[in-house]
Amino acid sequence: MNTPAPPFVQIDGVSMRYGGVEGTLALKGTSLDVADGEFVAVVGPSGCGKSTLMRLVTGLWPPTEGTVIVDGQEVAGPLSIAGMAFQNPTLLPWRNIMDNVMLPLEVVQPHRRQLRSQRGHYEHKARELLKLVGLAGFESRFPWQLSGGMQQRASLCRALVHDPRLLMLDEPFGALDVFTREDLWDVLQDVWIARKPTVILVTHDLKEAVYLSDRVLIMSNRPGRIIAERTVPYGRRRSLDLTYTAEFQAIVHELRARISDARKGEAADAAA
Amino acid sequence: MPPRSAEALAEAARRRRRLENALPWLVIAGMFLVWEIACRAFDIPVFILPAPSVIAESMVKWWSPLLSNAWATLKTTVVGFLMAVAFGLLLGVAIGSSVLVYRGLYPLLIAFNSVPKVAVVPILVIWFGAGFWPAVLTAFLISFFPIVVNVATGIATVEPELRDVLRALGAKPRDIIMKVGLPRAMPYFFASLKVAITVAFVGSIISETVAANEGIGHLMLVASSRFDVPLVFAGLIITGIMGVLMYWVAVTIEERTTGWATRGQNDPRLATGG
Repeated sequence: MNTPAPPFVQIDGVSMRYGGVEGTLALKGTSLDVADGEFVAVVGPSGCGKSTLMRLVTGLWPPTEGTVIVDGQEVAGPLSIAGMAFQNPTLLPWRNIMDNVMLPLEVVQPHRRQLRSQRGHYEHKARELLKLVGLAGFESRFPWQLSGGMQQRASLCRALVHDPRLLMLDEPFGALDVFTREDLWDVLQDVWIARKPTVILVTHDLKEAVYLSDRVLIMSNRPGRIIAERTVPYGRRRSLDLTYTAEFQAIVHELRARISDARKGEAADAAA
Repeated sequence: MPPRSAEALAEAARRRRRLENALPWLVIAGMFLVWEIACRAFDIPVFILPAPSVIAESMVKWWSPLLSNAWATLKTTVVGFLMAVAFGLLLGVAIGSSVLVYRGLYPLLIAFNSVPKVAVVPILVIWFGAGFWPAVLTAFLISFFPIVVNVATGIATVEPELRDVLRALGAKPRDIIMKVGLPRAMPYFFASLKVAITVAFVGSIISETVAANEGIGHLMLVASSRFDVPLVFAGLIITGIMGVLMYWVAVTIEERTTGWATRGQNDPRLATGG
């Protein structure tokens, strides 16, 4: 790269404290950059403020200190160029899959204005997405008629339907069994290859982080900050066989060692 | 044991369903039968506990006043109930979506709900005169509280993640209430309607026994002052029938609109019954 483009997401010295001056410090002096179209995974021990980071980037909460810049603009409020998916699929049980996926279009401008007049166009788009994640034919089913993995696929479609440039995923596969999870890794990989959104994936599964991302960021114990990063040397499209190679396992082990170092370091700090 | 054939299983299921449909009627018939036998066997005087046959006789004899007074009670109850639905929904949404409104209003609401409604009727009579409006308002006052509480609960318990998804998309609080809060509160709302409609009858009949010149409550008061106990019981039975009918209306609307809440198992009690 000869002309370094400015990062798409720029988090600079961000701290976040809940519940006033005496409250819990969830993040402390966190800085990270994510390039446009990059797939970044954030890993760390539980309770390290990964989810907080997500809410800061999407503008749901303002940081106590520091700045969050997305696409050249400081985040001051909810960011509708972002799509979100969580561990819990949070589909609406009274809407069928199609209407669940269409939900963001009823809220986000300019789609909200155009939804009525261009319903066919949007429905086509939703259908294409459902096909991409392997849910073709399930449009008129209700969420409770679907398995957990299928619900999570639909949730992914809902996060993507308004063409977000930024996809924020908070442990989206955390509640699924191993086989379903691996299926969905490939679904997510295909979605990313097809649409190239910038992705920030929060997870505690190191294998998942290495398999899916271009770069893994490691967070410390609470109060969280980024303590290390590891670039993943693989191109696309990756196949699950990769996860059984010695090199892949070595990367996972390396990450694991760094996280346990981080935890020991924190414990020593706390004792001192 | 050899496996039973598919037809035998289907036949057993059909028989079970028939039994379930017939059961309420069998139970009611059984109750009246036991009642009748007890009255005759122990020779209970009519002015203490009239036998069902005597009550039925009285119903036939007084069918016209019973019907017109039942109609009056039904009218006041339904008007009061509909007012409670409208007011309960609005207040429930306000309380469920705003912590400030909740903190400010809830203690007052609870205090208000603790006041025995029979004590309020004389005040209503002073304000509106005896008759239609005190009965309507008593039905309203007694039945709006469960609706408020349930709607507020449904709206206040929207999953935080879902709220985040919508807020991040730029949804206004109003969008969140319309798209998620209200639909989500509907099963709670209908559950409360079933409670509200039955207590609405209590409200209007209380008011009719205190101050009214028509209605089942008034009729029972007049009948008991004449020691016409069979007619009092006839009034009670008519009230019970009206209550069941209105409950059935509420359940029917509920099944039509919020079938998703029972997740396809039309009868949860049957889910394990095979």
